[in-house]
Amino acid sequence: MKRCGSVHLWLWRSVVLICLVLGVSAVNGESKSDTHHHGNGSSITGIPIVSFKWHHVETPYLIVLWILVAGVAKMVIEANHHVTSVIPESALLICVGFLFGGIIWGADQKQTFSLTPTVFFFYLLPQIILDAGYFMPNKLFFSNLGGILIHAVIGTCWNAASVGLSLWGCHQGGAMGDIDIGLLQYLLFGSLIAAVDPVAVIAVFEEVHVNEVLFIMVFGESLLNDGVTVVLFNVFDAFVSLGGEKINAVEIIKGIISFFVVAFGGSLVGFVFGLLISLLTRCTKNIQIIEAGFIFVLGYLSYLTAEMLSLSAILSIAFCGICCQKYINANMDEKSVITVKYVMKVFANGSETIIFLFLGISAIDKTIWVWNTGFILLTVFFVFVYRCIGVFFLTWIQNKFRLVPLEVMDRIIMSYGGLRGAVAYGLAMMLDENKIKEKNLMIGTTLIVVYFTVILQGITMKPLVTWLKVKRASANEITLIEKVQNKVFDHMLVAIEDISGQIGHNYMRDKWKHFEEKWMSWFLMKPSARKKHDLVFDVFHQLNLKDAMNYVAEGERRGSLEFIRNETAFIDFKKKFADEYSEAMPDITVDMSDSYAAHSSMRRDTVPSISLELHDQNTNGLRETEDINTHHLLQQHLYKGRKQHRHKYSRSHFTVNQDENEVQEIFQRTMRTRLESFKSTKMGVAPPKTITKHPKKDQQQKMPNGKSTDNGKYCHCDDDDFEFSGDDGASGYDPSAGSFPMRVTYRPGAGIENPVFMPDLDPMAPMQIPPWLAEAELDSSTVALSQRAQTGLPWTPSNLQRLAPLRISTRSTDSFMMADTPPPPPPPAKDTK
Amino acid sequence: MGSRASTLLREEEIEEIKKETGFSHSQITRLYSRFTSLDKGENGTLSREDFQRIPELAINPLGDRIINAFFPEGEDQVNFRGFMRTLAHFRPIEDNEKNKNSSASEPLNSRTNKLLFAFRLYDLDRDDKISRDELLQVLEKVDVEQKMSIRFLH
Repeated sequence: MKRCGSVHLWLWRSVVLICLVLGVSAVNGESKSDTHHHGNGSSITGIPIVSFKWHHVETPYLIVLWILVAGVAKMVIEANHHVTSVIPESALLICVGFLFGGIIWGADQKQTFSLTPTVFFFYLLPQIILDAGYFMPNKLFFSNLGGILIHAVIGTCWNAASVGLSLWGCHQGGAMGDIDIGLLQYLLFGSLIAAVDPVAVIAVFEEVHVNEVLFIMVFGESLLNDGVTVVLFNVFDAFVSLGGEKINAVEIIKGIISFFVVAFGGSLVGFVFGLLISLLTRCTKNIQIIEAGFIFVLGYLSYLTAEMLSLSAILSIAFCGICCQKYINANMDEKSVITVKYVMKVFANGSETIIFLFLGISAIDKTIWVWNTGFILLTVFFVFVYRCIGVFFLTWIQNKFRLVPLEVMDRIIMSYGGLRGAVAYGLAMMLDENKIKEKNLMIGTTLIVVYFTVILQGITMKPLVTWLKVKRASANEITLIEKVQNKVFDHMLVAIEDISGQIGHNYMRDKWKHFEEKWMSWFLMKPSARKKHDLVFDVFHQLNLKDAMNYVAEGERRGSLEFIRNETAFIDFKKKFADEYSEAMPDITVDMSDSYAAHSSMRRDTVPSISLELHDQNTNGLRETEDINTHHLLQQHLYKGRKQHRHKYSRSHFTVNQDENEVQEIFQRTMRTRLESFKSTKMGVAPPKTITKHPKKDQQQKMPNGKSTDNGKYCHCDDDDFEFSGDDGASGYDPSAGSFPMRVTYRPGAGIENPVFMPDLDPMAPMQIPPWLAEAELDSSTVALSQRAQTGLPWTPSNLQRLAPLRISTRSTDSFMMADTPPPPPPPAKDTK
Repeated sequence: MGSRASTLLREEEIEEIKKETGFSHSQITRLYSRFTSLDKGENGTLSREDFQRIPELAINPLGDRIINAFFPEGEDQVNFRGFMRTLAHFRPIEDNEKNKNSSASEPLNSRTNKLLFAFRLYDLDRDDKISRDELLQVLEKVDVEQKMSIRFLH
């Protein structure tokens, strides 16, 4: 990234951003005045040619405009990597939000845009949790589940109780002055501020790549503690409504029971929906184009269902994602899997950006700020201290049972990583102001706590991790042999547990795996997927795909596929890739890297361990001709034109080209053009001039068999003969005839002309039926013949001087004699358009 | 089960095993009862068939190799001492053990011994080398023709 260039861009972009926001607020102001006018009755004096119907589109317009603003803000922020490596992006977004809030406040004198609980809980949060669940590393999660649950349940309860009680104690002690909050309200406040927030955790830990056990502990806790938070919040809310007198043992027991019901019920709902998705994807073979959508629809439904039943919605959608990931990846078409991955990332990142932006904007609102120094400072202090105490105590207990104890440094980071975020703010906004007089104070305090954790702790997290020398995530993926070895160890441990007769961790996991393979996979996975499901070769397949993609990308980048045929070619992938791509690809998913090679395709800076060796010594001198050559090669062999055209004609089928048809088509066209030129030579028409032989003819040889026949041709056609620009060539068609439209772009002057790819100029075009279908029978004979002719070079002297030494020609006299049966082709259109 | 175990396992033996393997008293007793329950022939030793009778081991891909690891070179029966010795490889390493053990041999569950055990899993013919074939055998048998084919770009 060039520094000076980026500064200009940054300035320009921020100006655009500010204008957008000003526009938004201005428009909003205008809309208010509009509504006044509109209320006066709609009497028109004449027919308006054009009218400004703002009120018509106001709501969706504003929504989309805000999404755009959030996106542009993120773009501006991400343009400065040197800033984002110090201050996490979430903190920067909040600051930008402050800025916008200030602008809007200045324009409107009130905060027209703020984060309402409905919008947050229904439209912004679900996709983030779905994304978290879908990309959750299952094995890691479930092996640490015990620890995670301890922290989520006991830790959150401890946080809530301790913060609430301490604040109440301080209140009694008079540290807060005169505010009207009772014990129950303190406990309620404690419960909403206690929850660690998944959004904030992801946002901050993303920059800091800590080791995965640490990450999964904090992250898993932040996900699962929603079950507790919801229960506590509702219970205390009910208590506050009931009043202090009605609380007795029964109510408390009911509260405890509701915890179990809410938590397990939510998980169960999510699990059921996950199964539903897997079942559905099992049968979606015929609608592959939309099968990616099912996950989002059903995921969201699981969220809403749990919300409807007053169960934990976050747990529900998280478990939905966790359960279905394996079956979806097995059942769906590969393209759909990739679609789901990327779309989920888009939604999640977009939501996160909007959330943080609005967290900043909502702050600039005079109505919510009730300042009570004691309350606020004490809250921040207690939240921090009790988190540390809680984590240390619980991990100390855990270490007694863990095989690999958690180190002190990890524990420090765990306690430091207890970030509060938008969920706390959302819950605070949901408080009833009639019951809780000091709602605004609580909102303000919550915001301050959120800012403290996200901004301050976010900024200091990375230096702290480096300073404490916390074990980081391993930079490279483990090699294949390591993965195999891990599997060997797993099997070994299970066997020993079986022999020694104990029901251990490994035993349970193994039992679950067998149950799952036997019953659930049978039920939920497509039969074809079940057969192919072997992990070692999945990894190999992924690596191969990655290699193939890198290979092609490298070839295109270097402008030629010359190095294909040069066996001694060597390209230093590491150097080139590391430099080029390390900057270009923002690490969205780095800390979510999990199974095998699934995500490494998103991380371009890791080079596959199976790399190809190609050396590029010879390409420099022949660069230009190479380029021309490459263009032509690519035109010929990658079939770009056809692909682009096909999908325009069908919304339901995005099929890749069926090779047989293409090959047929090529044969057919080849034969036709060959025939016409042969006829012309036979009839004494001016023989076409020979083309300058390109030294690199033999690369034709390497093309796989399916296309070699089209390469095996004479290049009798000269540059002059077919001298028209690409567009003209295409226009040579008569589109109204309804024949297959060919928009192959043709570059004149290329070394090798392939007549197949000359746009079809002859009046064969007006045929209604695609030629390859009409002449199928005829063509088959010619096709068969040309393949036979391939094996032996025709030795007619006239051919020799036109043929390149190694080119296989199908222009044996026999084939042309026999091919006289198709209608005689019209004279070749040598004149150009 | 319990009464049988206590009569057949004397205190001195338990002490010896404890010193050698590092298991605790209760662990040794429990494992002894497991040993006797596996020992259908009731002759104080386990044979390969006794191991194979464990149903979960049959479906474990490495089952045979693990069973082989229990039997020292050439023998077909393993007594309780041998049984415990093999199982001791899997005990978690504790920090304080590093200081306590001043005797010549390392404790059975040290890192080196664990690695030795793992090595022996691969080395089927016990020649102290892992040959290429032995390594290949560890990889699971799958449909190679199907799996190792990709459609190359034309």
